[in-house]
Amino acid sequence: MVNKGIKRLYTFLIFLFLYAPIIVLIVFSFNNSKSRGVWAGFTLKWYIELFQDANILKALYYTILIAVLSAIISTIIGTFAAIGISNMPGISKKIVLNLNYLPVLNPDIVTAVSLMVLFRFLKLDFGFTTMLLSHITFCVPYVILSVLPKLKQMNKHLAEAAMDLGATPFYALRKVVIPEIRPGIITGALIAFTLSVDDFVISFFNTGKGVSNLSIEIFSMTRRGINPVINALSTLMFVGLMIMLLIIYKRTEKNEIEKGEVR
Amino acid sequence: MRKTAYPYVIWLGIFIVIPLLLILYFAFTTGDSQNLSAFKFSLDNFKRFFTPIYLKVLGRSVNLALISTILCLILGYPAAYIIAKEKVRKRNVMILMFVIPMWMNFLLRTYAWLTLLGRNGLINTIITKIGFQPLDLIYNDKAVLLGMVYNFLPFMVLPIYSVLVKIDKNLIEAAEDLGANKTTVFSKVIFPLSIPGIMTGITMVFIPAVSTFIISSLLGGNKYNLIGNLIEQQFRWTGDWHFGSSMSIILMIFILITMALTSKFDKDKEGGGGGLW
Repeated sequence: MVNKGIKRLYTFLIFLFLYAPIIVLIVFSFNNSKSRGVWAGFTLKWYIELFQDANILKALYYTILIAVLSAIISTIIGTFAAIGISNMPGISKKIVLNLNYLPVLNPDIVTAVSLMVLFRFLKLDFGFTTMLLSHITFCVPYVILSVLPKLKQMNKHLAEAAMDLGATPFYALRKVVIPEIRPGIITGALIAFTLSVDDFVISFFNTGKGVSNLSIEIFSMTRRGINPVINALSTLMFVGLMIMLLIIYKRTEKNEIEKGEVR
Repeated sequence: MRKTAYPYVIWLGIFIVIPLLLILYFAFTTGDSQNLSAFKFSLDNFKRFFTPIYLKVLGRSVNLALISTILCLILGYPAAYIIAKEKVRKRNVMILMFVIPMWMNFLLRTYAWLTLLGRNGLINTIITKIGFQPLDLIYNDKAVLLGMVYNFLPFMVLPIYSVLVKIDKNLIEAAEDLGANKTTVFSKVIFPLSIPGIMTGITMVFIPAVSTFIISSLLGGNKYNLIGNLIEQQFRWTGDWHFGSSMSIILMIFILITMALTSKFDKDKEGGGGGLW
């Protein structure tokens, strides 16, 4: 019994540690004062100001646009790459996979500065394009890593069977391979999207000309003092995510019950 | 269907291989950043780094990263262990609770610690109310450590958890049938089997911790320098890309050493890639 109590207390303290800053953020998004640490009464004014703050809305727009685009593009590139890689002969497969691991294992800052040097070298204008290219570059490896295991699990002869029965390679890909590896593709796309939304380091070095995302905006704010408007925005995003999660949870639960009934 | 990988192979070449070669080239040359052909081969960047001022920064970065990795392991292993022992439904929810905070912008979460730790922050307010002197909780080593542990703890818990839940229950029962007590079962069966997870966790915490420049600049104050901050300064402000590149190379070497050390313990890594690392 005592043992159980200690376990409970321990998990509680760990979760308190993880959630304390988040609770603080949410509470202070309703605080009627700009200064941190002082509670000056309840207000919704930061939420109202949020929808009038052009800078933050613009940063939000770029964050989402870049995340959506890089998730779509890197999922397409990554899925095709994974299918190709799984059919490669041993040695070239090893080389490509090892190179693919580089952006995963390299510190963000090294990937960021190396891309920055490349873009300068290619004389590209720093801005939307460079940021998008760099986001795709660090997202694709994760898509490949989440699709590859699904390809490994798949019966290799399925696609061959389809082609023997007269399907063109593209048709076999569309009707046989892709449906088999769909869970991996979806996971990959979600990872790419989250990584892109949350990225700071790589965007920080590879942006320019008034294009910034939320992370960059927040970083520059930490220098001159955080505007509580950003607390309001993150509270909204956090609540949005939680609702999304609940819906997914309920739906999978429902699916499971339905499947159970069929059986 | 091998051809479908070719576009990505080209992409790999342009956006991953060439940039790293450029960094390597910059690291071993000096000259004016604008004129590539006028570069001269030189080891000056490395000579400059191996002087006491910069070595001290490197030492502090590695030291802080090591301590935070150890702290994450000490805090994270029991948590992963407790969660792995729960029933399926409950443990799924608990693991999800480790992932959820990562969806909130990490700069903002780190910055929120200022509200808790600052001179007039919540913790000091409580301490002074009780009647003690306010503490210096922010802008020092400990605050940076706290920021690292806070941000990277899930990276330690998740891989250890996923290894622990996969352990065959029969192995534990067999050990118990053969007369092992709880401590022996843990030290002879569970712990050895969880080592691959620990090793993944160590690399996943150490790499971002040793190369961070944000946690140190948010919680360590402006004068606080880690190797990440030095690289950032060279590329963003000072403009000495050669020196910045040489520091990036040194950082990469440290990462490679870590990977080599941890992969020694992690023999049953899933086949396929990663053999080199």
